[in-house]
Amino acid sequence: MILVFCELKDGQIRKPSTEALSEGRRLADASGKKVGALFAGASCAGAAEAAKFGADVILTAEAPTLASYSSDAFATLLADAVKAKGATVLLAAATAVGKDVLPRAAARLGAGYASDVTGLAMVDGKLQAVRPVYAGKAFATTTFSSAVQTATTRPNVFPAAEKAGAGAVEVLAAPAGDFKSVVKEILAKAGGKVDLSEANVIVSGGRGMKDGANFKILEELADAIGGVVGASRAAVDAGWGLPHSMQVGQTGKVVSPTLYIACGISGAIQHIAGMSGSKYIVAINKDPEAPIFKLANYGIVGDLFEVVPELTKAAKAMGIGKN
Amino acid sequence: MKILVALKQVPDTETKIKVAADGKSLDPADVKWITSPYDEYALEEAIRIKEGKGAEVVALSVGGDTAKDVLKNALALGADTAVLLKGDGQGDAFAVAQMIAAYAKDKGFDLILCGNKGLGGDNAAMGPMLAELLGVAQANVVVKLELGEGTFKAEREIEAGSEVVEGALPAVITAQKGLNEPRYASLKGIMAAKKKTIEELDASAVTAGAQVSALALPPERPAGRLLDGDASAQAQALLQALKDEAKVF
Ligand SMILES: Cc1cc2nc3c(=O)[nH]c(=O)nc-3n(C[C@H](O)[C@H](O)[C@H](O)COP(=O)(O)OP(=O)(O)OC[C@H]3O[C@@H](n4cnc5c(N)ncnc54)[C@H](O)[C@@H]3O)c2cc1C
Repeated sequence: MILVFCELKDGQIRKPSTEALSEGRRLADASGKKVGALFAGASCAGAAEAAKFGADVILTAEAPTLASYSSDAFATLLADAVKAKGATVLLAAATAVGKDVLPRAAARLGAGYASDVTGLAMVDGKLQAVRPVYAGKAFATTTFSSAVQTATTRPNVFPAAEKAGAGAVEVLAAPAGDFKSVVKEILAKAGGKVDLSEANVIVSGGRGMKDGANFKILEELADAIGGVVGASRAAVDAGWGLPHSMQVGQTGKVVSPTLYIACGISGAIQHIAGMSGSKYIVAINKDPEAPIFKLANYGIVGDLFEVVPELTKAAKAMGIGKN
Repeated sequence: MKILVALKQVPDTETKIKVAADGKSLDPADVKWITSPYDEYALEEAIRIKEGKGAEVVALSVGGDTAKDVLKNALALGADTAVLLKGDGQGDAFAVAQMIAAYAKDKGFDLILCGNKGLGGDNAAMGPMLAELLGVAQANVVVKLELGEGTFKAEREIEAGSEVVEGALPAVITAQKGLNEPRYASLKGIMAAKKKTIEELDASAVTAGAQVSALALPPERPAGRLLDGDASAQAQALLQALKDEAKVF
C-alpha cells in the first residue's frame, strides 16, 4: 500500500494534500498497489472526500488529544499505520506539518526520506524521487535502501486529479496522551490569503520598492490577477514593516507558482533559490543588466512605479483574475 | 544546562555547481565551504543561553578534516568544546542523525540545537530524525525560543504565520532566520579558540536510508523575451503573452 498523510482545514482536505494523494494514486496505478489516506484530529469530518482523489482506504484517528498538532503523537500514528497496513511508501505534502512529522516517522520506521520532492516514480517496484538541491542549481535523483520509503511533495507542483477510489473507512486508535510536545497556540497572520508556498500567482517586491507603503501597488496588482504578495530579503530586512513570512528565498519560503512577477528584485542567487521552480517568471527592473532577466520568461526594463499600476489597470480592463 | 549544537559544513550558495565524474556527487574542486547559515542561528542561540543563564556548549560536526574549520569558528564564537565525528556528513540525513544520536545519547544534553535545514541539501530532516532517535521532543523552523524549568516554549514558522510549541526538555530545536542575529567572532575569541583542541572520534557505523543516484544540472530556461514600448504598451503586451502563450490566465 501507498499511504498518504492528509491534512484537513475547516473540514476540507488541504490542497497540497490532494496533490500528494493524487500523486500517490498515480504511483499506485503504476505499480499495482492500493492507496490509503490517513487523517488525524479531534474530528476527521471531511476525510471522505479523499475517495475523490483516489483513496481506496480512508484511515481516521479521532481524539480530543489530537486537536492540536503534536510531532510525536502524529509520528507514532503514522509509523503504526505504516506497519499495520504493511505500506511500503509513506507520502505527505511538504507543508509545515508534513516536513515536521514525516522525517520523525521515517526515523521511527528506519526509513529513508526525501524532502520537498518535485518528481516521483516507481522503478522496479521501488520509489525514486527527484528534488532540487544547491539552491536549485542541480537536481538530485534519490533512491532508497530501506524497505519503507518516505517523501514529502512540494506544494503546487503535482497536479491534483480527481479519480474515484473505493474510499472504505477504517478507524484507527489514537495514541495515548502525554505527548513530548504539542502546539499550544496558532499566531496566524491577518488576511486569510493562501500561503506563498501554495500560491499559484505571486507578485514580489524587492529593495526597488523603496518603502513598505509602496507594497500597496503590488497588493493591487495581486488582487487584480488573483495572486499574493511576496518580498526579497532586502525588502524584509529594510525595516519597512514587512513580516518574514513574506520572504521568498533560501532563508525564506520556497515557492513554486505558475507565475512569479519580480518587481525591483535584482535576482541574487539566494532569492533565486526560493523561486526558480516557478513555471513562468516575469522581471520588472530598471536595470537591463539585472541577473533576474537571465531567468525571466518575460522581461520589462522600466520603472516599476510606472509599470505595475499599468499592469493593474490593464488586468482589470482585460477581466483577468475574474474566474 | 548542557547544550549540543550540531553544525554542518556546506558549499557556499554562490558556488558554481559542477557534477563530478561519477554523475551523482558534487565536484569538490573550487567549492568554497562555509558553516550552514541556519546552523549559525542555532549556535548564536546556544551562546546567548550560556550568557543568560549559564550553560556548557558543545559544538559538533560530522565530516572530514575540513569540517574542523566549522568547529574552530564555533569555538571562536563561544562554544566551550568541539567534537568532530569523522564520517560522511554530506550524505543521507538519516545516517547523520544516527551518528549524532549515537554520540549524544547518555551524555545528558538538555538541549540540542541545529539549523532547520542544511544549506544545499535542503533535506530539513536531520533534526526531527535525531529527536526521534533520542526519544525527545522537537520543534522545527523556530524563530523564538524560551526555556523554563525542564520545559521549552518555541515559536515556529508555519504557513501564513507561526505557532507556539510547548514541550519538555531535553529537546531538539531547529533554527530559522529570525531567531537571532548571529555575532561575528572577536579577535579575542579567535585567539582563545586557537588554544582549544577539537576532539576527534570515529562516527559509529550506520545504515543509510536513501542515497543520491544521479545529480544533474537543471535544463536551461528558454531565453526570455523583453517587451517593448512605454509602460502601458509593455503592460498590455505582458498580459497578452501570459494569456496567449503561457496560458496562465
Ligand atoms: C545567507 C544569506 C541568505 C539569504 N537569503 C535570502 C532570501 O531568502 N531571500 C532573498 O531575497 N535574499 C536573500 N539573501 C540576500 C540576497 O543575497 C540579496 O541581498 C537580496 O536578494 C537582494 O534583494 P533585492 O533584489 O530586493 O535588492 P537589490 O539587490 O538591491 O536589488 C534591487 C533591484 O531593484 C531595481 N530597482 C530599483 N528601483 C527600481 C524601480 N523604480 N523600478 C524597477 N526596478 C528598480 C534595481 O535595479 C535592482 O536590480 C540572502 C543572503 C545571504 C548572505
